[in-house]
Amino acid sequence: MPDAGQGAAHATLSGVVRRYPGNPPVHALGPLDLALRRGEFFSVVGPSGCGKSTLLDVLAGLSAPTEGSASFEGAPLRGQVPDGIGVVFQEDASFPWLTVADNVAFGLRRAGADAAEIARRVAYALDFMGLKDFAHAYPAQLSGGMRQRVCIARTLVLRPRLILLDEPFGALDQQTRLLMGDELLRLWRETDATVLLITHALDEAAMLSDRVGVMSARPGRFIDTVETGWPRERDSRIVSEAAFGAITARLWSCLRGESLKALGREAP
Amino acid sequence: MTRAHAVAATRIGLLLAGFLALEALCRAGIIGKLVMIPPTAMVAEMTALLASGEITGDIVRTFTTIAIAFAGAVALGFVAGAALHAAPRLRRAVDPLLAAYYAVPGFIFYPLLVALFGLNVLPLIAIGLLFAAPAMVIATLLGLDRVPPVLRKCARVHRLGRAETVLHVVLPAAMPALFNGIRLAFAYAFIGVIAGEFILSGGGLGYAIGYAYESFEATRMYGLLLFVLMMAVVLNGALYVWETRLLRRRTRA
Repeated sequence: MPDAGQGAAHATLSGVVRRYPGNPPVHALGPLDLALRRGEFFSVVGPSGCGKSTLLDVLAGLSAPTEGSASFEGAPLRGQVPDGIGVVFQEDASFPWLTVADNVAFGLRRAGADAAEIARRVAYALDFMGLKDFAHAYPAQLSGGMRQRVCIARTLVLRPRLILLDEPFGALDQQTRLLMGDELLRLWRETDATVLLITHALDEAAMLSDRVGVMSARPGRFIDTVETGWPRERDSRIVSEAAFGAITARLWSCLRGESLKALGREAP
Repeated sequence: MTRAHAVAATRIGLLLAGFLALEALCRAGIIGKLVMIPPTAMVAEMTALLASGEITGDIVRTFTTIAIAFAGAVALGFVAGAALHAAPRLRRAVDPLLAAYYAVPGFIFYPLLVALFGLNVLPLIAIGLLFAAPAMVIATLLGLDRVPPVLRKCARVHRLGRAETVLHVVLPAAMPALFNGIRLAFAYAFIGVIAGEFILSGGGLGYAIGYAYESFEATRMYGLLLFVLMMAVVLNGALYVWETRLLRRRTRA
């Protein structure tokens, strides 16, 4: 499956290959193509070590492709993060020396926004993420899920047009992940942003996404793209629908052989 | 009573018990007068020395020297640590030397420093600095090593420049280790300067203690010792309290 997307592309990867130098060099990704449609929720699933996070780094502008090109809103990405892209990482990236409110305000302050605007947008983001009562707490006083919400709020407050999430709920328990998924869908609808979610959880991808790109074992390429057909207004209750099971089953049937390959085994 | 209060009360209790035990042993003659004077006599002598203004010059000289050695060690240690962190090959070469640094008795260089700088305050500043700077270098390396890579990525996502990244992300993230280095640098500068004065100097508290010892002025010597001891405890304690407050917000409640 060469291309994961058509139409009005918001961000694209064309023939992207990423190799890491070494002896021997590691071919981590590609060649692959991806066209993210403006305003869609796209998830990427794949076996461990297939290059999902590398893909996100290239799309964020954190890492330049070895071959091929990446672009955001028509402008090429050359290893620098452009305005309009927000990233939420898997690891806890909250700043432990700042309060929740100061964490959320961090990007706005660095961008030189005026105090009233910062206060207004931070208050909104805290309210939206259910952190209003913890504005003056430090991250160490919060649970893992709440700290991840702080990081999402810190991204949200900058009003990114493309939000990249690298397994943001990976460290959370299943119930919290479902609820965080609902909050993510709410955020996506409210902001009209394009969202790319990297996840290893097939159910999470099936529940949240308009489309799911399935990656092969390393070097990662898209081997299938699944259109879920969910309405824009949706939440975690869709896990009880029959279509949800069918989507998850299709994702697993694509992924099983690749996951075995990643473990060094052959599919029976 | 909170747990912290209970710990503080136990600590004070232990010190008080030690003080009273020593007082009793000295008063009972179990510890001879020529060996040690009772702690209450030390306190009285220290108070008298301070009130008379007799040691004011020594105090100013010693603490000015410590302050200069400490500030220099923190600045030099931080810059050297940051430079080593940025040059991994050089660091690999220097790491074993740093690890073995405190195995070398630094005071053997004191005559050399006197020969280089003369018999004044400069060799003392140099010895304080030589004692304290490596602690700061090691703490800086440790602090910079421990900055989570994801925070550096975050800085890039927020499109911070190099200086902004250092100021707003790297330094605050490394602060616990840096502060530990600052505290150690202070302790080492203190030890280095006082000991240097004791060995070969014409003034300062270390010299005054040595002079009292050689003149068999036990009461004066213990009064001075108590003052130095108290200053070390109070200043280190202040740094410790500051560090604890700084770190409290970063640790899980």
